[in-house]
Amino acid sequence: MIWMEMDTWIVLVGVTCAIACALPGCFLVLRKMSMMGDAISHAVLPGLALAFLITGSRSSLPMFIGAAVVGLLTAVFTQWVSQFGNVDRGAAMGIVFTILFALGLILIVQSAEKVDLDASCVLLGNIEWTPQDLMNIGPLEIPRALVVLASVMLLNLLVILFFFKELRIAAFDPELATTTGFNAQVMHYLLMIMVAVTTVASFEAVGSIIVIAMLVVPPCCAWMMTDRLGVMLFLSAVFGALSAVLGHMAAIVVPPWFGFDDSASTSGMMATVAGLLFMMVWIFDPRRGLLGKKVGKYILNRSA
Amino acid sequence: MNVDAWMDFEIWDVLFLKNYNTRLVVLSTFFLGISSGLAGSFLLLRKRSLMSDTLSHACLPGIGLMFIVVTLLGGNGKSLPLLLMGATVTGLLGVLLVTAIRNTSRIKDDAAMGIVLSVFFGLGIVMLSLAQTMGGAAAGLESFIYGKTASMVGKDLEYLMWITVVTVILCVALQKEFSLICFDENFARSLAWPVHFLDMLMMGLMVGVTVVGLQAVGLILIVAFMIIPAASARFWTEKYRLMWMLAGAIGGLSGWVGASVSAILPRMPAGAVIVLVSGVVFVFSMFFGASRGVCKIKSRQIHMRRKIGRQHFLRAVYEILDAQQTGGNFTVSIQDLLEKRSWSRKQLQKHISRAKREDHIETVAGNRIQLSEAGYAEAARYTRNHRLWELYLIRFADVATRHVDRDADHVEHVLGPEIVRQLEEELDTTLHGMTPPESPHCIVTEGSI
Repeated sequence: MIWMEMDTWIVLVGVTCAIACALPGCFLVLRKMSMMGDAISHAVLPGLALAFLITGSRSSLPMFIGAAVVGLLTAVFTQWVSQFGNVDRGAAMGIVFTILFALGLILIVQSAEKVDLDASCVLLGNIEWTPQDLMNIGPLEIPRALVVLASVMLLNLLVILFFFKELRIAAFDPELATTTGFNAQVMHYLLMIMVAVTTVASFEAVGSIIVIAMLVVPPCCAWMMTDRLGVMLFLSAVFGALSAVLGHMAAIVVPPWFGFDDSASTSGMMATVAGLLFMMVWIFDPRRGLLGKKVGKYILNRSA
Repeated sequence: MNVDAWMDFEIWDVLFLKNYNTRLVVLSTFFLGISSGLAGSFLLLRKRSLMSDTLSHACLPGIGLMFIVVTLLGGNGKSLPLLLMGATVTGLLGVLLVTAIRNTSRIKDDAAMGIVLSVFFGLGIVMLSLAQTMGGAAAGLESFIYGKTASMVGKDLEYLMWITVVTVILCVALQKEFSLICFDENFARSLAWPVHFLDMLMMGLMVGVTVVGLQAVGLILIVAFMIIPAASARFWTEKYRLMWMLAGAIGGLSGWVGASVSAILPRMPAGAVIVLVSGVVFVFSMFFGASRGVCKIKSRQIHMRRKIGRQHFLRAVYEILDAQQTGGNFTVSIQDLLEKRSWSRKQLQKHISRAKREDHIETVAGNRIQLSEAGYAEAARYTRNHRLWELYLIRFADVATRHVDRDADHVEHVLGPEIVRQLEEELDTTLHGMTPPESPHCIVTEGSI
């Protein structure tokens, strides 16, 4: 394995992205809305397309704003459809994000003559390219994606620290939250804003697969291992970081085993490794794992 | 070419399916719409709609893996049947994994779907990225992600037709079994039905439709095909047979219309247009659906609220007259009415003006109102129903006399004539006739409780 400076940057970007996603992801998993990340990352397409058509450039700020607004709208529309139409929330989510995605596709294809924008390059930012887009911070040259993702991560961390108590009650018992005097709905939308911003910032930098995976898989690993929210947040960050590091290494190391010369997609590998980690926890966790439960039963039988 | 000639030429060609390519695309999406509408109905009723999202993403690694393996073995990696087979295998695996994770850990349905979706999709991207290093042959594989309706071939149509036939036959043959599983799985299990097998059959149907549809519309829009027609149909009916038929019809028609539109207008990707067409159908159904649409439900609520208001108002008038013990229809002061219930002057004013429109009030003079003949009879009838119900509650449900007024209030508005007749039979026969019985409790105004 040949490790270059570039690889370090890629891993750093991956780790920040994983942590930035895993933190709000914990609340999504607890609120049974894990598919929201997937929905938002597809639904923002018309926002990106519109921002691009209006400003005519691929500069990131208008694109970011357009996408974040549409991402938030996805959450709002889903809420409306499930509330007013009395539709199951999963179905409502599916309806909203696919329609928005279709709208985005049409916008892009319609304007294909004028602009150079296609669905795959919009949706799949590429983590392998991040070290090529550098910016100067003081004396250092740092990938722009790292700066963006680090700020998002810090922002998420601050919001969660600041609203920890409120988010916690709203996640576990929205009715109690409402009776104790603050609106669970407000917390819901705060969380949605956090998810939308994180999703958009991350996939614009590194692609949507990492986002979808890191919003769900590390928090699930963490939730299998603990009952405490604080510990869960910490563990999910650890699992996220671990899958980022191991994922990039696997992308370089694994393909030669099967006779391929080039490395595989890093983002795909990060998701895959996260899945493997989940599998390990699922099977080997001492308390709730498949094997752990068996061993516990065995010990109990022997002592009885 | 001027506009008229263009209209003559192209639109008719599309509508009558004269062009081979158009015919292929329109028929394919038509069949896909029917089968996915039917299969999606099961998902919707079982609240598992997003399973289709997971499933379609889980097909990707199978496609990539199959391509790599077949190419390495020296075969044609892009052979459609083989690729679809690969997709079926990993798709089924994904569905099974979701079930396994949900059943053996504390992870809930949604998170299990999220895990399988993202990990399989990641794996799929890894496979595709490796396939790309094997040379130009892998170029078309991305069409499975975004769909390439224009590149459909006769084989696609053939597969879609077969899966539609299978879906329709299964739905007709197993409608009783499928519907029971959708509505009450545990009951089916207690009847010793092979729930697991039927469940797998349903999921298999879904996998089949998804896999065949992937090539046509891509793995994101196929989700819309699965969810939207079924969800739209749900607004129109409470009968599952009708819902299935409607879902199939909506799916098929959106496919037909959408594909035609995309053939007529330039630069309209068929998959996206079809989804938008079905989206329009969904929004229309959501507002104007005959059984669960927003408008229908709102109007039902307004109707009910008016009915309750009318009954409360007339009973209040009657009870005041009753308390005066003069017997008969005299004037009642608005002040008395205001104290009778906890309503504001404005609300009461609304009730009065509505009652006047319904000819329940004869005169409004100054601060006093008098009921009309019909209004008085109605008032007597409502009061009678209320008191019958109260008596019933006291005698048969052991409700304390003090509380009975409030309890009766909740139910009296939905008492149909049959139930009232039943009440009369259960209670004393001397209560026959139109005069209300004595109130079982002393009638108090809201303010004095």
